[in-house]
Amino acid sequence: MSEIEFLDWVRGPGFQIAAVIFVAGVIIRILEILMLGRKKNLAEARGSEMLGGLRTIVTRSMHDKATFQRSAFTIVSGYIFHTGLLLSIFFFAPHILMFKEVFGLSWPSLPTPVIDALAVISIIALLTIIARRMSNKVMRFLNTPGDYLAWLLTITPLVTGYMAFHRIGLPAPTLLAIHILSVEILLVLFPFTKLMHAFTLFMARWYNGAISGYRGVAS
Amino acid sequence: MSASLEKGIHALKEQVDSTVAAFFSSCVHCGMCADACLFYTETGEPERMPINKVEPLRRIWKSEYTLLGRIGKLFGLTKKVDDKLLTEWETLVYDSCTLCGRCSMVCPVGNDIALMIRKTREGMAVAGHAPEGLIGATTRAITIGSPMGVKLPALQAQIRHVEESTGKTIPVDVEGAEYMLLLSSMEIMNFPEFIEAVSKIFDRAGVSWTISTEAFEATNSGIQIGVSDLAAELVQRIVDAAEKLKVKTVISPECGHAYMAIRWEGPNLVGKPFSFKVRHILEVLNELREQGKLEISSRETQKLTYHDPCQISRRGGVINEPRSLLDMVADNFVEMPDTGKMNWCCGAGGGVSSNERADEIRLKVFQRKKEQLDAIKPDAIVSACSNCRLNLEDALEEYNMDIPLLSLTEMLADHLAD
Repeated sequence: MSEIEFLDWVRGPGFQIAAVIFVAGVIIRILEILMLGRKKNLAEARGSEMLGGLRTIVTRSMHDKATFQRSAFTIVSGYIFHTGLLLSIFFFAPHILMFKEVFGLSWPSLPTPVIDALAVISIIALLTIIARRMSNKVMRFLNTPGDYLAWLLTITPLVTGYMAFHRIGLPAPTLLAIHILSVEILLVLFPFTKLMHAFTLFMARWYNGAISGYRGVAS
Repeated sequence: MSASLEKGIHALKEQVDSTVAAFFSSCVHCGMCADACLFYTETGEPERMPINKVEPLRRIWKSEYTLLGRIGKLFGLTKKVDDKLLTEWETLVYDSCTLCGRCSMVCPVGNDIALMIRKTREGMAVAGHAPEGLIGATTRAITIGSPMGVKLPALQAQIRHVEESTGKTIPVDVEGAEYMLLLSSMEIMNFPEFIEAVSKIFDRAGVSWTISTEAFEATNSGIQIGVSDLAAELVQRIVDAAEKLKVKTVISPECGHAYMAIRWEGPNLVGKPFSFKVRHILEVLNELREQGKLEISSRETQKLTYHDPCQISRRGGVINEPRSLLDMVADNFVEMPDTGKMNWCCGAGGGVSSNERADEIRLKVFQRKKEQLDAIKPDAIVSACSNCRLNLEDALEEYNMDIPLLSLTEMLADHLAD
């Protein structure tokens, strides 16, 4: 397979396979949660379940001062890498072109040097996160192979994207193909790893807020 | 597989619903729940972090309710729940968790971990992996009617004492009363002043109330040990008595888990809505205050703080009422750092105080409360849970701290206008 054939494959069949597995997988995972259902609460309500749930979806991204101080590293590093990652996925001009091709929608992009910086910041944040995961005693206790896999799946597209953009080491088409392939591997494994939290956290936050909201507590 | 283990696994399966599945699907192993849990912060032992305590439930969810888990199970790749695991987890699930729910407030993905631990206990208890102290308390609650073995004559004797000291009659088994007061065994045995205080306040406010001789016990060991059938039986006794006396509202006393049991879990345990309302005593007192029926003739001048009982505040929703009442009666009320819904547990809830095996760790994790108290140095602590109160008194003595504990209800009664 030549480098151009490789690029064509990841852009064509490879991408289609990955997209189908990703979409089907995410739908299956969400359905297998929702179809379990939950019992109706028979206690007299003290507040609104719906409002409580919606409130917690938003407020759980903001912690009180004492909690922030206790878990500062987790919160700050988490914020940095998530922000950098999401902005570089959705606001890099070539990515927006790709979205336009697939979904027919486009939006303004961020300047390339900004995306470049964001990618580097995200990579650094992810490196500090893995360093902590390997050294902190709570993390070491919690760690599973799945944690390392999810980390690897997340950092690889950032690194390969950075390399492709700066043409480091290999011919440009090969670098781009590797970058796209790394995203496809991410998409394929996404529904079956803890990356799934990107979807389910909204459900989890809603349930948490609904349970508390019903009792009149803003959680 | 032993029969009890099989039952335990079945019970765990029954506990998995869409909330549990959404929670487990969302956990990213960030470790923030550890920082929110006094059993981790005060011991530094990672196995005591909240999310680790729900491992038995997680294994059941994974292997039974996820596509990948079910495939894995076919090839024998999933981790099993066995007696060895449950034996190991017993001290984590029961001795190292008070179901205080602080972890549920900080989890960034929104997992209600305390709810999952409560659910895990359902499987543990059925499988025969609950602590002896809690088994004893639950057995006494079912057979005698009280976890501490307090029988009706004991209550009647306390009522007589109160009547002698106040000269007022305590209404017993009065049909058609507006309120039916429940009591915890601790109040009957250790703090009968509570009955006297309620009697005094209700008398002045002209409230129609009664105590039922058929269901006076408010506590419910069933929800602590995690056996819903038994918890439901204890709730049903109260429902029957309330319906028999045709009361409008049942009052849960100064006891945290009793409020959780009757107010929030109760109707769900017996499977139908109540025909009466359930209110915590502080909610009733605050209503009386709003109606101008609580007249105070003197005020507390010493520096007071309020210890939020977890099941009443964070898990129960009664957060503003005690503060409104304190504002009315106290000149110098100071909040601890981390308060209201973010308060730290005293360390004895969720059945920990009934579990002698947990005594050592209970006193150890009290350091968290000690730190909160050291930050503001109050003259006295006000609370609204007999269990918190007994534990705080015990722990304060252990740590050589001389701070008296006050019941909010009793304090209000002391300052009532004649």
